[in-house]
Amino acid sequence: MTQVLNEPIYVAQLHELSVGIGKKVTIDCLELALFRQENDDVLAVENRCPHKGGVLSDGIVSGEYVFCPMHDWKIDLRKGEAVAPDVGCVKTYNVSIVDEAVYIVVKE
Amino acid sequence: MLKQKIILIGNGMAGIRTLEEIIKKDPHKFEITVFGEEPHPNYNRILLSSVLQGDASIESIVLNSYEWYAEHQIELFTGDPVVKVDTSVQTVTSQNGISRSYDHLIFATGSNPFMLPLPGADKEGVIAFRNIQDCETMIDTAKHYKKAAVIGGGLLGLEAARGLLNLNMEVEVIHIADYLMERQLDDQAGKMLKEELEKQGMTFRLNAHTERLTGKKRVDGVRFKDGSQLDADLVVMAVGIKPNVSLAKDSGLEVNRAIVVNDYMQTSVENVYAVGECAEHAGVVYGLVAPLYEQGKALAEHVCADQPLSKPGYQGSIVYTQLKVSGVDVFSAGRFQDGEHTKSIRVHDEFEGIFKKVVVENNKVIGAVLFGDTSDSPRLLTMMRNEQDISKMSKVAILPSENESDERESVVVAMADSETICGCNGVTKGDIVKAINDQGLTTVDQVKACTNASRSCGGCKPLVAELLTHATGEEASNQKEPICGCTDLSHEEVTAEIKDKGLNYVREVMNVLGWSTENGCSKCRPALNYYLGLNQPIEYKDDSTSKFVNERLHANIQNDGTFSVVPRMYGGVTNPDQLRKIADVADKYNVPLLKVTGGQRIDLLGIAKEDLPKVWTDLGMRSGYAYGKSIRTVKTCVGESFCRFGTQDSIGLGVRIEKKYEGLSTPHKVKMAVSACPRNCAESGIKDVGIVGVEGAWEIYVGGNGGVDLRGGDLFAKVATDQEVIDFISSFLQFYREDARYLERTSHWVERVGLDHIKKVLADDETRTQLIERVELALTGQQDPWNEVLESKDKQATLYEKKEVEVIN
Ligand SMILES: Cc1cc2nc3c(=O)[nH]c(=O)nc-3n(C[C@H](O)[C@H](O)[C@H](O)COP(=O)(O)OP(=O)(O)OC[C@H]3O[C@@H](n4cnc5c(N)ncnc54)[C@H](O)[C@@H]3O)c2cc1C
Ligand code: SF4
Ligand code: FES
Repeated sequence: MTQVLNEPIYVAQLHELSVGIGKKVTIDCLELALFRQENDDVLAVENRCPHKGGVLSDGIVSGEYVFCPMHDWKIDLRKGEAVAPDVGCVKTYNVSIVDEAVYIVVKE
Repeated sequence: MLKQKIILIGNGMAGIRTLEEIIKKDPHKFEITVFGEEPHPNYNRILLSSVLQGDASIESIVLNSYEWYAEHQIELFTGDPVVKVDTSVQTVTSQNGISRSYDHLIFATGSNPFMLPLPGADKEGVIAFRNIQDCETMIDTAKHYKKAAVIGGGLLGLEAARGLLNLNMEVEVIHIADYLMERQLDDQAGKMLKEELEKQGMTFRLNAHTERLTGKKRVDGVRFKDGSQLDADLVVMAVGIKPNVSLAKDSGLEVNRAIVVNDYMQTSVENVYAVGECAEHAGVVYGLVAPLYEQGKALAEHVCADQPLSKPGYQGSIVYTQLKVSGVDVFSAGRFQDGEHTKSIRVHDEFEGIFKKVVVENNKVIGAVLFGDTSDSPRLLTMMRNEQDISKMSKVAILPSENESDERESVVVAMADSETICGCNGVTKGDIVKAINDQGLTTVDQVKACTNASRSCGGCKPLVAELLTHATGEEASNQKEPICGCTDLSHEEVTAEIKDKGLNYVREVMNVLGWSTENGCSKCRPALNYYLGLNQPIEYKDDSTSKFVNERLHANIQNDGTFSVVPRMYGGVTNPDQLRKIADVADKYNVPLLKVTGGQRIDLLGIAKEDLPKVWTDLGMRSGYAYGKSIRTVKTCVGESFCRFGTQDSIGLGVRIEKKYEGLSTPHKVKMAVSACPRNCAESGIKDVGIVGVEGAWEIYVGGNGGVDLRGGDLFAKVATDQEVIDFISSFLQFYREDARYLERTSHWVERVGLDHIKKVLADDETRTQLIERVELALTGQQDPWNEVLESKDKQATLYEKKEVEVIN
């Protein structure tokens, strides 16, 4: 699928995402992780853990948090911050959903 | 000022306790030298029985390590007995020629086991039970021989016999009297004890008079006066001790049965003292730790005092004993035989196997025997010590455990602060409660470290645990650990609730049991998922969102986010077809690394997540479960078909085991191995379940671990047939699945609940049959996870697919 930069980018249909399991999305060389919430919001973060680059989309999801599969850091998906005692943060992305179509805004 | 010099002869329990008491009073007053004949630091001789019974290791019974001696600047010579004492110039000389002078000399040379002077008693394989070396000899002998005879049916003999049984020897106890422990029990209790021990597998020959030990170089049997005979490859004599006084005699000390001492433990020679089993006080020689510790205290007070003491010194002790054999509670104290002027209170319940007898003279308790329920022992001891007048007391006040009503309070509550809880170390209830409150102690081990209570025979441990419960309001012996921060409930409580309330979903458990977080966390969710599956093996639908990535995707995540795939190769056996297939797949997907694992399988490393389903399709082999909390591999050695040492078909059995338990989920990973001889090429000794073939039998080891906490497996059983091995594994694994906490390896579980406990549970035929049935049920539901994924487009899409988006500028 081809998109134009600086516009909201269409990434998936909502039904392709499932609650409790992250989805890996690559936009060119950018790798994101999408997490569908129970209220059908979708949270998007950079798919690499601030600790040692664990793949967050493979972690155990607990609502708005994900536990990194590598060393179990807990990452707040809304703020992009690791939960204390750990420190570090990942980039978060704005998501908009129009008629079940999920768009991401990537700012340069 | 020059420090005074103390020399201690004998690095045993009484001597070192004396030094501890001295150091406690004044750490800098003396320059101390210790000579010990044994090549070890001071250890807890009492616990040799536990070492032999497999409940403790030799390292763990050391009381004071070499560091302790160094820390207190005590000069220590081990393996070097004192051979000469010159009391006129106050010097001692050791076997190695080391010479030291003293201001105070303490004899604590203990005693020697008494060896019956029977013909043949000098043969190889005839030993006593006294020190670490004897213990090691028994453990070694059990590896090569089957039949043991223990001469002596007293405390020591029975503890040795129990240990030998645990070492898988057949044991016959030979006893001269007509009932066991006749010095501590009356005939009624002695008979009950015999019945109980017979149930445990011991055999007895009472009223037996041994005539000679037979055999050439090594003993091979025992012959009796009545002409009968018994085969034995090992004979342990446990008929008594005699004080070790030869050095004292040679040094000119007054010796009767033992070294004669006064209330200050002074011998007949100035500046020379004696404590422990080598000392005789007021005509009595004690062979138990508690009195020896009291003597040590009296001696310490005496040598530390600047002025001659006005205190009365040592006044003799009330002795009491407890048998340290698991599953048998026996207590005996004071004068328990009926006499002309005595009366007794008796309770005898043949159904419950309980016998209690309290002997009273002049309205005072002078002795007691308890069998089957020993909870009243501290109370009785206190009454004896205080010489309490019991004429106005009811039976229930004397034996509180006889109170049938529900309000029965724990014995510790009724105890006065001055009552002794730990007799060995003289620690009172007040001492313990104070330590708990002042220092916020929460575990028995902490109490042990702070107060010394239960540091010796451990008999008072249950009381200490009860005190903790009372002082802290929490179940202390069973320290509760919540599963994770989302709940206060422990693993055990949650599994019980799941069963009771019939819960079916992870979410439901968290809601019903009041989780503090809405969605749980990475610790509780996988645990709940496991427990739910355990409870309903067929109906429960696995919750993949509550699984760690490896188990969700059936592959191992690597540090760069790629995965590794390990196809199943039963028993580590493969063939050219499989190898070709693996090679082709490796070529096709550019697998960067192929590696043979520690579990004898081939690992394909560096596969992208999206490629996993395709890789499996092409491999067409079953999943190796190298990623799961489940049965992993059964490693095998070459065995009888090729190896020149092999006694059994290790490969055949290994393959059978692996096929049978394939895919079974467990609290943590489970690795197994089968070796065909004790050379153990498959490393069976460090597996969760390890099987070792010996001539005509299989030995089964459990709880081994080659991982972070290296642990050798414990020998559990020896069986003859493959089917028995399978039955054992079924019952053991199912018990582990049901009893262990999620993420607890068998090694930790075995240590936490104790091998004896597991043995006891599995020894019951009915329980075992049910466990086997339940594991069979769980196994019927097993499917190959890779197949399941390949059959479900849905699963492939949600779990493995990634979305790619291209962007143009
Ligand atoms: C298997 C077993 C189980 C027991 N269970 C219990 C129990 O449950 N409860 C209980 O109260 N008691 C029990 N006892 C008894 C208890 O262990 C002893 O009463 C206690 O250890 C005696 O202490 P001691 O210091 O007098 O002698 P020991 O601890 O025997 O110490 C004497 C030491 O002196 C050394 N020695 C001897 N001669 C010399 C020399 N010339 N130079 C240097 N060193 C020398 C010896 O090698 C020995 O190490 C048990 C004993 C055994 C063997
Ligand atoms: S364990 Fe024994 S039988 Fe098996 S390969 Fe090694 S030496 Fe041979
Ligand atoms: S890489 Fe995420 S916790 Fe270590």
